[in-house]
Amino acid sequence: MSGDVMCDEKGFCVQREGERCVIDATGVYYRQLNEQIRAALEHGVTDIEVVQVRGQRYIATAVEGDVHFTVRGVPGQDLGAFMRGPTIHVYGNAQDGVGNTMDGGRIVIHGMAGDVLGYAMRDGRILVRGDVGYRVGIHMKAYMDRVPVIVVGGKAGDFLGEYMAGGAIILLGMHSGMADAPITGRNLGTGMHGGVIYLRGRVPEYQLGPGLAMEPVDEADMDFLRGHVADFAAEFAGEFGAVGDEPADAATLTDAILSEPFVKIRPFSHRPYGNMYVGTN
Amino acid sequence: MHVKPISQHFNDFVIERERARCINCEVCVRQCSYEAHFWDEAKQFVVHDSARCVGCHRCAAMCPTSCLTIRKKPSDFRDNSLWTSTYIKHIFKQADTGGVLLSGMGNPQPKPIYWDNMLLDASQVTNPSIDPLREPMELRTFLGAKPDAVEFIHTPEGPRLKQPLPPQLQLEYPIMFAAMSFGAINFNLHVAMARAATQLGICYNTGEGGLHPDLYQYGANTIVQVASGRFGVHKDYLNAGTAVEIKVGQGAKPGIGGHLPGEKIDEEVSRTRMVPQGSDAISPAPHHDIYSIEDLLQLIYAIKESTRYRVPVAVKIAAVHNAPAIASGIVRAGADIVVIDGFRGGTGAAPTMIRDNVGIPIELALASVDNRLRDEGIRNHASLVVAGGVRCSADVVKAIALGADAVYIGTAALVAVGCTLCGRCYTGKCPWGIATNAAQLKKRQNPDVAAQRMANLVRAWGHEIQEMLGGMGLNSIESLRGNRDKLRGVGLNEVELGVLGIKHAGL
Repeated sequence: MSGDVMCDEKGFCVQREGERCVIDATGVYYRQLNEQIRAALEHGVTDIEVVQVRGQRYIATAVEGDVHFTVRGVPGQDLGAFMRGPTIHVYGNAQDGVGNTMDGGRIVIHGMAGDVLGYAMRDGRILVRGDVGYRVGIHMKAYMDRVPVIVVGGKAGDFLGEYMAGGAIILLGMHSGMADAPITGRNLGTGMHGGVIYLRGRVPEYQLGPGLAMEPVDEADMDFLRGHVADFAAEFAGEFGAVGDEPADAATLTDAILSEPFVKIRPFSHRPYGNMYVGTN
Repeated sequence: MHVKPISQHFNDFVIERERARCINCEVCVRQCSYEAHFWDEAKQFVVHDSARCVGCHRCAAMCPTSCLTIRKKPSDFRDNSLWTSTYIKHIFKQADTGGVLLSGMGNPQPKPIYWDNMLLDASQVTNPSIDPLREPMELRTFLGAKPDAVEFIHTPEGPRLKQPLPPQLQLEYPIMFAAMSFGAINFNLHVAMARAATQLGICYNTGEGGLHPDLYQYGANTIVQVASGRFGVHKDYLNAGTAVEIKVGQGAKPGIGGHLPGEKIDEEVSRTRMVPQGSDAISPAPHHDIYSIEDLLQLIYAIKESTRYRVPVAVKIAAVHNAPAIASGIVRAGADIVVIDGFRGGTGAAPTMIRDNVGIPIELALASVDNRLRDEGIRNHASLVVAGGVRCSADVVKAIALGADAVYIGTAALVAVGCTLCGRCYTGKCPWGIATNAAQLKKRQNPDVAAQRMANLVRAWGHEIQEMLGGMGLNSIESLRGNRDKLRGVGLNEVELGVLGIKHAGL
């Protein structure tokens, strides 16, 4: 690859091609890899492709601004943690902690993702084509105009949306490697005190956390869902559906996703434990 | 006839008003946020209802004629050393409501206080004592990982370190203001802690409620905390302070999470925590991304990556049975500072049973953690900070002699601004204007006055620490660190002496 060589003050160097650069992660420890990424960002690169990623942690962690990452391979834990603004496309599966305490931006995973995805995320979007692990979207929170949204094309493990305080999780349960599993695990939404979880289809009532109920969606919910489903379909058209399905274009995929009824799960109170205590000393 | 629940017949305090001195000025009426004093329209004078009194003493302190005395109510019940009035009243309250008992401030139970069973040494004849008023006396403390060895390179300007030191926190006193979140205590006191810490050259800890934008200017003296709720935690916040503390546990409530009631979440708290007003702010018991030491390492390094390895990362745990093994794991996971919070640590709210029965004394936890880290040869990889029941400068000196690098003070800092430990912090009605965000109450704390009082306290303790060091013939706090020969036990059994690693007095 031709182009300028850029180095940061610690001597980590990458090659750039205008606004773009490609970093080969083969055999590179995460600390050096992330130094290289920061060196590129400091030199004004806005489009970074990291190839041959094999579990390196903290890619794009705490990165701010309008930057685009393409990650090829399997990024390690805490991809995009604390980040604010960047867009990340992962071509492969992601490990645990994607978007941990994320503050904004967009993460699109063309594959599956692990546990605690979107923990305490406050803004931004995470779209996952396939299945996700345990405790996804727990303690998501919304504030003013910041409303985080997670859309999962596959199924989720236990404790989806636990302690959820704001934002939305949309679970489609379609593109899954777990044909016989229910679309979420047990203890769905336990301790939820804000936000909303939308499910395509239903789960058995006993899987809901205490005090929660499934309700049918209304028109406002459908408007919200339509927008996010169309966004999801635009990312994954041609690579989404049950095994053996014909690849669909975005519009067809959107219609197909919305063709089944959704239910929503909302908290019964913003103060779930407000009456639990008696004061003393 | 109106029937009161049983629990309301047995109040803890009685208000005594000397009628001859009362001028019916109604100061007490305005000061009492629990409405124990009120104006009786029919009688045309101020009256009171002792059942509402929480024993905060605000009215007595403000009464211009000193006509008010707050007394403990004499025992309502027959003496019984098992069934004390505390347990009887607890049961009445729970039978009335079905509620979990909730308390504020630290554990008040008569459990052993090991500080009081340890005595300090002083020099006599040999190894003369030092007078700190006229001789240099070093209290400066650096918190952070220390290298196993240092190598120098010689340059024309003199020797230089071959490898840069890991990031260090520089403190002019071995004392910091403990984590008390904005929300649990109000903005005026956060301003006060920030200013006092800046004046003193020490640090205060934000607690888990985020950092108000107006306080970013005090970043050089701020430790920002990351707890399981991740309230107000973002990139700028992590980089705003001079250290980041991951809160895993709290001495007042080991093993359970936090819960700021909606009543305390006003506009500013909401903005800083980035959660809606009036909604509860719930911190889960664990960080759900930390189920192992390996996971803890992951968060430590996520923070180090986010701060580009510029600041030390601390991990705070409650003092529990296996604290030494856990502390070893924390150090091996890459923490630069380990914070241990003892079972007497304060809180804005904790279930009473947990506060009073879970965790172990900080003195024992400190000694055993310090031992363990020394035995494993990793004591220098992290500094050790202790908290939970440090009441005076002698406690600080004893903690440092047992092996601590520094202490956190929370309750003591609040007492400096008027707290009388009435323990009703969770109501949000603190009459001293501390554990409240109500506009009418929080203005009782002037940030300048409060900062001065907190700074006075630490300066006074600093002088006393210097006196005690000088008396022992030491001229630097560093010479006291882990110097347990300067301690002797009184009234302790062999097991206690063994855990503390000190000799009995007389030996």
